[in-house]
Amino acid sequence: MTDFIGYTLVIIGILFDIFGCIGLVRFPDVYNRLQASTKCVTLGTILLLVGVAIVSASGPMAAKAIICAVFILLTSPTAAHAIAKGAYASGVQLWKDSVVDKYAEEERD
Amino acid sequence: MRRLIYFVLAFIIWMLLTWQTSVQVIIAGLIASAIVSLLFHEILPAEHLVFISPVRMFWALVYVPVFFYYMIKANFDVVYRALHPKMPIKPGIVKIKTNLKTQSGITALANSITLTPGTLTVDLTDDGFLYIHWINVKSDDIEQATEFIAQRFEWFLKKIFE
Repeated sequence: MTDFIGYTLVIIGILFDIFGCIGLVRFPDVYNRLQASTKCVTLGTILLLVGVAIVSASGPMAAKAIICAVFILLTSPTAAHAIAKGAYASGVQLWKDSVVDKYAEEERD
Repeated sequence: MRRLIYFVLAFIIWMLLTWQTSVQVIIAGLIASAIVSLLFHEILPAEHLVFISPVRMFWALVYVPVFFYYMIKANFDVVYRALHPKMPIKPGIVKIKTNLKTQSGITALANSITLTPGTLTVDLTDDGFLYIHWINVKSDDIEQATEFIAQRFEWFLKKIFE
């Protein structure tokens, strides 16, 4: 039973990773792509690691998987901020159909 | 004091990662934790001692399922937008205001915003404004955008961090 739950989580995690990558290819600009990659890949990878922890049930493997999941949860959004800010600072434009850009209006003075 | 807390944390993580109790491993862990805590102790937020309180820990535990609920919702939202043939996105950068004051509180808010429906923190200012990239802009007004994006977390984070 625990094996079943664990493998199901692994499969769902991989599916989220795949959808995240599809979003990464389909979305039009850096910022939208970051949205897809941070959200789906974070959740997908965490589910995968939790699945691994459940399948291995106890011991070093589970502890490592959980620690990795926590670190990914903490670092992945931080990395996304850094990339988004860096992209903006180096002049990457928003997609042409973007509706509003408060950052450009108020930060450039 | 800071160094000591950092040292203990580093050592606990080391023990969990190695998962052995032989003497060599423990000595190596002590040396590694000592070096790390000497070099990087400023990383701990200045107000770290306040976190050792049962009330805050209780709210932090309550926050975890709430956060995961929004995170899973966010994922279905992004998957829907990514797979839909017409790609229903309406992106833009909006500005929101936060009432959180502490560094760690604002960090937690920014990270929560990034991992939840359609929003990604791009930058923050010193006077408590955040710039958010929003995949489906519903309002570019500061008040309304704050209500949509930050309100649901601020209540919890205030209890945990302030």
